[in-house]
Amino acid sequence: MRQHMCLLAATAALPFLVQPGWANMVYVSNEKGNSVTVVDSKTMEVVKTIDVGQRPRGITISPDGKTVYVCASDDDTVEMIDTASGEVVGSLPSGPDPELFVLSPDGKRLYIANEDDNLVTVIDLESKSVLAEIPVGVEPEGMGVSPDGKTIVNTSETTNMAHFIDASTHEITDNVLVDSRPRFAEFKPDGSEVWVSAEIGGTVSVIDNKTRAITKKITFEIQGLRAEQIQPVGVAITSDGKKAYVALGPANRVAVVNTETYEVEKYILVGQRVWQLGFTPDGKSVISTNGLSNDITFIDTQTDEPIKSVTVGQLPWGVTVAPN
Amino acid sequence: MTNATISAETYQRHGFGLMQYLVCLKGILVREGLRYLHQRERFVSSLVRPLLWLFIFAAGFRQVLGVSIIPPYQTYVLYEVYITPGLCGMILLFSGMQSSLSMVYDREMGNMRTLLVSPFPRWFLLVSKLLAGVVVSIVQVYAFLLIAWFWGVKAPAIGYLLILPALFLGGMMLGGLGMLLSSMIKQLENFAGVMNFVIFPMYFASSALYPLWRVQEASPLLYKICLFNPFTYAVELVRFAFYGQIEWVSLAVVCGFTLLFMAGAIIAYDPSRGLTVRKQEGAPN
Repeated sequence: MRQHMCLLAATAALPFLVQPGWANMVYVSNEKGNSVTVVDSKTMEVVKTIDVGQRPRGITISPDGKTVYVCASDDDTVEMIDTASGEVVGSLPSGPDPELFVLSPDGKRLYIANEDDNLVTVIDLESKSVLAEIPVGVEPEGMGVSPDGKTIVNTSETTNMAHFIDASTHEITDNVLVDSRPRFAEFKPDGSEVWVSAEIGGTVSVIDNKTRAITKKITFEIQGLRAEQIQPVGVAITSDGKKAYVALGPANRVAVVNTETYEVEKYILVGQRVWQLGFTPDGKSVISTNGLSNDITFIDTQTDEPIKSVTVGQLPWGVTVAPN
Repeated sequence: MTNATISAETYQRHGFGLMQYLVCLKGILVREGLRYLHQRERFVSSLVRPLLWLFIFAAGFRQVLGVSIIPPYQTYVLYEVYITPGLCGMILLFSGMQSSLSMVYDREMGNMRTLLVSPFPRWFLLVSKLLAGVVVSIVQVYAFLLIAWFWGVKAPAIGYLLILPALFLGGMMLGGLGMLLSSMIKQLENFAGVMNFVIFPMYFASSALYPLWRVQEASPLLYKICLFNPFTYAVELVRFAFYGQIEWVSLAVVCGFTLLFMAGAIIAYDPSRGLTVRKQEGAPN
């Protein structure tokens, strides 16, 4: 039996071995551990831990897979990790307390939410300079960018709004009031809708990108859990746009939402205080970061069953996966 | 059974061939199977017990014990998923004890003599009886797992195949224990004592209800007791098999105890050496 399992593992690892570099690696920012844990998405094992600045939270990777960007919130900077060497190679000006950011689809600009200064900072990655600072609501946090790169959405936690920003003029064009403490904004792959999660409100608001009006509010209900334990945070929508995964914080579950009916189809049990989500490039797995249990859970997107939980650093916060 | 005995007697002086042994085995299996089929309430009650635990007990603990990763689990499981192999063990345990109850009943009603006067070796008759009980309990386990499947407790397909040998071994061990106990019980009424002093302690002081690390947190003594409880190993063997793995320590422990209990039962039921002799000396019947 063991031999059989080893053989299976070896066969599973084989395609990875022939691939160069860090393809399909999962990067997890550990908010308390001040590190980024690298996990192989094929073997589901920790490969490396990279020390970064203080309080790393938002994390994303360049489209070419060469650079990982991490918000080092307490160091007021965005650090760049070279994926080939696995080392921090530089930093970007970010404005104070960067929490979450989003990379433009062409990989040229970084839009950063500065939680303390009520600003969204736009960074040009080529010149590594600040292009613009856009004043938004109080405590900006969630950042989303439309697939065409023309619209940026920022959510402000205290103002309870989703701010739609024109990417070319850097002006706010629309403000949409959502439920209490909006944490995250995610565009559907076709750009038609933005999903905004509200942590305290316990809802996900679906905003039509054309009319900029809320078309649907998704609520969650888990048998045996009090409503205040259900706090939606991270949202991830599959590349075909058919399913959305919503991380429900202290409910320790990820909700699977049908994007056509807006009905919750399933709740998947993961670790404690599930925060952010990330897909593997093949779309076969979605990975959740479970802050309080210090691990990440791989979920099979075909069956929506949790496959394996892997211990990473202290208080895992964000996750990004290297493209093929 | 009677037919098998008669045909066997014909060959008594020449020893028995494999076929005769099989005829005897079939007789015992069929009798046990028929008895089981005729007692539908027994089938229902054997299913209701674990289902109550699954539907009601596990539901209450769902959130409390929802978080723990221990092998063979690779991620977080709900309590009802954790408890399912333990409930399979529970079916084996109750069924093993129940078949020993039926032996006490047989002895009181005199049916036992029909079995024991058979010219086949005593060990073979006892092992056949044990086997019959295990087959019946395995059917119960699969019926339970089917219902659990609809309740959302699912294992990989291979797991359902792999638990078969694990259930068989566990069943033989617990059936052997039941048989050993039945040889020590004089009357049917005493069986209530077995329930309280054997079944419940064995079930509760094991890994069936709580993972051992949690038991250790609560009480190191209880943890040690659990480690010495053979039922723990039967449950773990089933649990690992359910997820396509073999737990070698459990396998060794269960095999060891199976041999021990069966040897004990065979000696106890041996007319020349066993406990039955002593009892008959004391009691007129």
